Amino acid sequence: MSDESNQRTIPVKSWTFDDYTNSYIRRAAETGIYDIRGGGAKRKVPHFDDLLFLGASMSRYPLEGYREKCSTNVTLGTRFAKYPIRLDIPITIAGMSFGALSAQAKEALGRGASAAGTSTTTGDGGMTPEERKHSSKLVYQYLPSRYGMNPDDLRKADAIEIVVGQGAKPGGGGMLLGQKINNRVAEMRNLPKGVDQRSACRHPDWTGPDDLEIKILELREITGWEKPIFVKIGGARPYFDTALAIKAGADVIVLDGMQGGTAATQEVFIEHVGQPTLACIKPAVKALQSLGMHRKVQLIISGGIRTGADVAKAIALGADAVSIGSAALIAIGDNNPIWEEDYKLLGTTAGAYDDWQEGKDPAGITTQDPSLTKRLDPKIAGQKLQNYLNVLNLEAQTIARACGKSHILNLEPEDLCALTVEAAAMTEIPLSGTNWIPGK
Amino acid sequence: METIDLKKTTLRELNKTLQSKGVMKISSEWEIQNPDGCHALAVGMSDPINVIIKGSTGYYCGGMNKNANIVVKGSVGPGVCENIMSGSVTVEGDASQYAGATGNGGVLVIRGNASSRCGISMKGVDIIVEGNIGHMAAFMAQSGNLVVLGDAGETLGDSIYEARIFVRGQVQSLGADCVEKEMRPEHKKILQKLLRFANADVRIEDFRRFGSARKLYHFKKKNIRGY
Amino acid sequence: MCGIVGIFLKDKELESKLGAFLTQMLSTMSDRGPDSAGYAIYGRPKKHKKKITVQSSSPKKDFSSLAKNLQDSFNEDAHIRCSYTHAVISSKEDNCTKLKKWLSEVYPNLRILSTGNSLEIYKEIGTAAAISNMFDIASKSGTHAIGHTRMATESFVTTLGAHPFSTADDQCLVHNGSLSNHNTLRRQLSTYGVHCETENDSEVAEAYLSQKLGSGANLGEALQQALQDLDGFYTFLIGTKSGIGLLRDPIACKPAVVAENESYVAIGSEYKAFVGLPDLDKATIWEPEPATVYLWEH
Repeated sequence: MSDESNQRTIPVKSWTFDDYTNSYIRRAAETGIYDIRGGGAKRKVPHFDDLLFLGASMSRYPLEGYREKCSTNVTLGTRFAKYPIRLDIPITIAGMSFGALSAQAKEALGRGASAAGTSTTTGDGGMTPEERKHSSKLVYQYLPSRYGMNPDDLRKADAIEIVVGQGAKPGGGGMLLGQKINNRVAEMRNLPKGVDQRSACRHPDWTGPDDLEIKILELREITGWEKPIFVKIGGARPYFDTALAIKAGADVIVLDGMQGGTAATQEVFIEHVGQPTLACIKPAVKALQSLGMHRKVQLIISGGIRTGADVAKAIALGADAVSIGSAALIAIGDNNPIWEEDYKLLGTTAGAYDDWQEGKDPAGITTQDPSLTKRLDPKIAGQKLQNYLNVLNLEAQTIARACGKSHILNLEPEDLCALTVEAAAMTEIPLSGTNWIPGK
Repeated sequence: METIDLKKTTLRELNKTLQSKGVMKISSEWEIQNPDGCHALAVGMSDPINVIIKGSTGYYCGGMNKNANIVVKGSVGPGVCENIMSGSVTVEGDASQYAGATGNGGVLVIRGNASSRCGISMKGVDIIVEGNIGHMAAFMAQSGNLVVLGDAGETLGDSIYEARIFVRGQVQSLGADCVEKEMRPEHKKILQKLLRFANADVRIEDFRRFGSARKLYHFKKKNIRGY
Repeated sequence: MCGIVGIFLKDKELESKLGAFLTQMLSTMSDRGPDSAGYAIYGRPKKHKKKITVQSSSPKKDFSSLAKNLQDSFNEDAHIRCSYTHAVISSKEDNCTKLKKWLSEVYPNLRILSTGNSLEIYKEIGTAAAISNMFDIASKSGTHAIGHTRMATESFVTTLGAHPFSTADDQCLVHNGSLSNHNTLRRQLSTYGVHCETENDSEVAEAYLSQKLGSGANLGEALQQALQDLDGFYTFLIGTKSGIGLLRDPIACKPAVVAENESYVAIGSEYKAFVGLPDLDKATIWEPEPATVYLWEH
């Protein structure tokens, strides 16, 4: 007698053609158009978790946690601006537009950031009076679209951020096929209602760092040389891009790795263009150092900053500050499991929800629908953000004190070791327990 | 009439003066001498003063202008009156690329030719060019009117939204989703008003109107080749 | 990203001022390119004579012995004129190949910047004005010239990385912009035996043109083919023995302006470059069309 159960091997799915990939193919076959979503790269790439701090030892003495001061203040824009921005903590809120976020979400971000002594940033669509009111320090984004751009708002801003690219889509733009512009946003942007979204990938009136230098001159002349000018770049060629931004006259460089989020773009862009945040920092710092500009032109790192450890590690590698986007949204309620029933109805689950462009966010954050946005109380959410920012800062301070630093900016690469070969190679930090840096 | 000589004053002083709240008290008539290709001249002004620039400028002359009226007695570099909010800029010579880029309002008159990307991403400005324009004019133009008395280059009005284009001469080629449209009485009225502003003595009948076919407004699988 | 300038003289009377014009034009472009600067001067050729411009990182050491060794090896046939880090060696046309071979063996550290009947190239790290002073460009005369100020994009700031690049006799190129397929082209060119020394995209463009010209195309034809084969953003100015060529890519975002009157044709990235040239108010100022070859030849 033969045993039926032994006539077949156990079923094995393909690693190459896994469940997700098969659903991607089926979806493409069904719709004839690419998948669009929000957020940043979801796949696992080398990140800050692959680095560790060494801490105190026989040769290095820690500071007392509650008595010996570890300062966390940072000044941005010391190079050319008459009025640099002083932050209490080295963490800022990244640019997110009021078209992408609800008014309540923007208010929450403004309240929380201001209470924590830091800045927020406008996004595509311009500055609203509410935004200016709620943020004690507001950075105004200067984008290829120039929606809502005007000289009065430029002068009301505390800094201006020229967006050359962002981590989710360095070089991105183009049509977002099938994604309609919401009515309210269409009106604000002087666009026909309900049309598919388009975004330009280059600025309309300059191309290249030689032109950018002249554009920066113009913006300074319009704002009386008062405001720091930031240049935001995606994680493409961080060494050369940083050097060029410096040569073009930037006061601050904002460098956004592939984990950096976006409101909506093609999935293929998010996951397959742009380098991991961890890989971008060392080259950018090298460029600053080779031009004698480290700590004179400030470097803000964004893209997947989550914990105080991430903050401290970015600074130890040479950044002056970090910027959070996705993390700030999660702090105020994005992808919270309390809305799991609603996520299920949308065909997803808490933690995976990323079709923000559909405007159906149960948390009331990436939507303009009043029935959803009323779920978000800006005061409560603002408090949550303030709490979260304080925790990030406290954790970073704790680490800095353990490394014997009286100021967080005194963290340095030599305070770190790497857990993986990739992280060691990318950051030029030796592998833990060794003196080895791959490639050196 | 107040004069500012760029051989004797810095650009910063010039712009500071013209942007200052009390500029009209000093004078409403200003003349800038020796521009010599200088960039960011007369940018960010807010008051209805008249500024004459005696010579040719570099990039972004009159950038983000509000209310003022600028006359350039020469040519201008790239991005003349980019993001203009209101007021007017008249260029007696030629304009380089990106003329009137992302302009929200006001009027730009170019007596000579404009180079490529004239009126790119325009958001309400009116532009009148007496000569020819280069390629990629009115790319992603949202609103406003572009009037060309001469010829237009390749890919006119690519990805245009609701802006209007009027051309009297030849059009080398049209961009994606831009088509010739019927010239109706309301359009003739608009064109009449703009030509009068520019003091252009030409016949309305010689113009053709171009605008969005609106086929790319909503994605349809059958249009995929249009992207 | 950079500033480029060119000047083509129609009036012989202005030839003694060529260097002064070029210096003035290029100095205004320093903001666009603070890293390095280069001048390519086409002087009146001497019959049967060729010039080799070389650059040394240790000029005191190299040039002191060079003069003597040249004398010993080539007798009357080679003369040297030294200027800071550069030297121009002139010799009989027939000797040129022999001379270059000798240089590569005896002075392998010397870099040959240009060879030709007319052309001399001077380029170094520094501003346009500083470089002009170094090599007394303002006193040089000739029929036409091109120049460049550099803001390095995807390669490093070195003397070798400075423009103009020259990979054939009396031929050189300056470039404003950024190519996107130069690495592939560099590899293809090396299969034709054309080798680039740097990582610079502009050098690849120059090598590409040299290879086409060397295969029998004229400059106009070579530039037409460049439109097909080169990808990216560019305004090129090409210097040849007989004149100057200009080409902008089809998208034409990188700027270019021309000022033309009875005495000269001047080309620059910005109008500012022309300020101070004689009779500028009588010149027609115009912008070159994209994807169109322009040639000015004597």
